[in-house]
Amino acid sequence: MRDYIIRRLLGLIPILIGISVAIFVIMQLIPGDVVSGILGIEQTPELREMWERKLGLDKPLVEQYFNWIGKAVTGDFGESFRTGAPVFPEIISRFKISAELAILGCIIAWIIALPLGIISALKRNSVIDRIVRVVALMGVSIPNFASATLIILFLAKGFNYHTPVKYVGLLENFGTNMEIMLLPAFILGSVMAGSVMRMTRSSMLEVLRQDYIKAVRAKGAPEKVTIFRHAFKNSSIPIVTLIGMQIGSLMGGTVVIEQIFSIPGLGQLTLTGITQRDFPVVQGCVLFIAFVYVIVNLLVDILYTYIDPRITYT
Amino acid sequence: MDNLLEIRNLKITTLRGKNTVRLLDRVDLNIRKKCSFGIVGESGCGKSITANAILGLLPYPLQVSEGSIRYDSKDGEKELLKLSKKEMRSVRGQEISMIFQEPMTSLDPIFNVEMQMNEALSFHHPRMSKGEMRDRALEMLRRVNIPRPEQTLSSYPHQLSGGQLQRIMIAIALINDPRLLLADEPTTALDVTIQAQILKLMNDLKEQNDTSIIMITHDLGVIAETCEEVAVFYAGQIVEQANVVDLFTQTAHPYTQGLLQAVTSLGSETRKLYTIPGIVPPGGQWNQGCRFADRCSRCMEKCRGQMPALTEVAPGHVCRCFLHSEEAEA
Ligand SMILES: Nc1ncnc2c1ncn2[C@@H]1O[C@H](COP(=O)(O)OP(=O)(O)OP(=O)(O)O)[C@@H](O)[C@H]1O
Ligand code: SF4
Ligand SMILES: [Mg+2]
Repeated sequence: MRDYIIRRLLGLIPILIGISVAIFVIMQLIPGDVVSGILGIEQTPELREMWERKLGLDKPLVEQYFNWIGKAVTGDFGESFRTGAPVFPEIISRFKISAELAILGCIIAWIIALPLGIISALKRNSVIDRIVRVVALMGVSIPNFASATLIILFLAKGFNYHTPVKYVGLLENFGTNMEIMLLPAFILGSVMAGSVMRMTRSSMLEVLRQDYIKAVRAKGAPEKVTIFRHAFKNSSIPIVTLIGMQIGSLMGGTVVIEQIFSIPGLGQLTLTGITQRDFPVVQGCVLFIAFVYVIVNLLVDILYTYIDPRITYT
Repeated sequence: MDNLLEIRNLKITTLRGKNTVRLLDRVDLNIRKKCSFGIVGESGCGKSITANAILGLLPYPLQVSEGSIRYDSKDGEKELLKLSKKEMRSVRGQEISMIFQEPMTSLDPIFNVEMQMNEALSFHHPRMSKGEMRDRALEMLRRVNIPRPEQTLSSYPHQLSGGQLQRIMIAIALINDPRLLLADEPTTALDVTIQAQILKLMNDLKEQNDTSIIMITHDLGVIAETCEEVAVFYAGQIVEQANVVDLFTQTAHPYTQGLLQAVTSLGSETRKLYTIPGIVPPGGQWNQGCRFADRCSRCMEKCRGQMPALTEVAPGHVCRCFLHSEEAEA
């Protein structure tokens, strides 16, 4: 197991290098550059040259890349072209906000989806099952920016709600933080809930048909032992896989919600970085998101071995 | 009650769309104490659903629509179809146990053998200590001839062979000394040599424990080796029932004769497997006359219009065929 984890982490290196090259190339290809952005209409050839020299953009492209990666391997992701602030600490502080949003969203999704998925499977074709299935289908098919906008509009008209102007950290003021975060988390969560619910239902139905479930009942098992200890635990592998993928994609996937609710998360930082052609910021954000994604997937793979003894890694 | 289990007029139906479809039709069975009773018939005749109905394990949308299943339990007579869920759970695995056709899929793949054996004990004896449970589990594993029982306890199902798993299933089924064991094709999925070992094991255990067995199979060879009394099922009905010697020597029903021919031709030199032509009509497609008529070489005109009644052809030997009695079902 330890060897496996080490191998997986080593496998991360080429992935991250590949991504960094791709980002670098794409940033070169998209029109517009950071210096014109900074100077705006005051642009003169002299000023331009000065800034390019200052940011290292006068060097050949290959050299620019190697300069960046040379520092990156030592943990120094450089400074923002725009603000001059070091990129890495900024990413971490933004990540905490996005992670809070993502975790809240997941918890809300699970609280909704797991019980409903189980009930739906147990009461297959009942009224409740039908309702749950329709709602879940709506959950997966309505894009979250649409439901977010609709919900905000609805709350604004009906309850005089307005999106928060200034973000307040979890540790600064828990109550205010929750006021800001719960609604966007709920919207993220409800979208995830749809697919988690569907997966829970189908996976449970599949397991409930298995011989060993009947055999457990034939031993005299109470229904809750049959359902939770045996059926749900066996159903959980595909659910865990799905949840892992969702958490991974949430790292970048909160961007729209962050934008709508003005939450200064990692998604927002990335988006601003791209529009301002702020290469170190974009590079840092994307690599960090990729890193988190891979780590989450590794954790999921390790979790499998705790659920299912047939899965082992050597 | 003289018998351990008395099934009367048992009917099982299912829903297909909005229609109710009959799967089992007015089945009567008496299982004597300390008896091994065979149920034989081709696939789809209703053998498994009968066994599942006894323990209330019919899968939705199957249900018992009529009848009674009376059981002479340790603490008095019980109508199994009227038990509360809780009462039924205390019968399952304690008084009446069941083993299944597929040992490979009958144990939960994510728990080890010890946990699954302990469960069978703890559901019925919640106060039993870990040590007592372990001793009992080891004792049972020895009784079903599992080599290295300690090691087996900590194994997971995927690490064991089909024969070993079926032994473990038997050990689990017998761990609370039940009075009745329902064995639903316990050897069908196993190799021939393992099959013989498992059947011998079941015979031995039955002798030691005075457990009655209902042995479900489509193989008359298995019946010959293990059972005292046999009911032959066809299309949701009993078509013949007798003690095992009479059934083999004075076979009355053309369907039973067909099944017998299939067994004997298997052992013969030609090796040409005889099978009864045609298939069992599934529930919902039964004609009003004899259900075997389409496949019967001796079918008469009368057979298509009326259903023969189950009548006694010799003491303790009943058959449902107009060749033996004129009597038709009301
Ligand atoms: N879960 C189910 N849903 C619908 N129909 C079922 C179900 N289980 C059994 N049946 C039907 O009930 C009838 C009897 O099935 P049963 O399983 O008792 O047959 P069997 O005699 O045990 O045959 P086999 O040798 O194949 O096990 C069959 O026609 C089958 O199609
Ligand atoms: S009643 Fe007629 S069709 Fe049916 S088994 Fe007897 S002879 Fe054959
Ligand atoms: Mg069967």
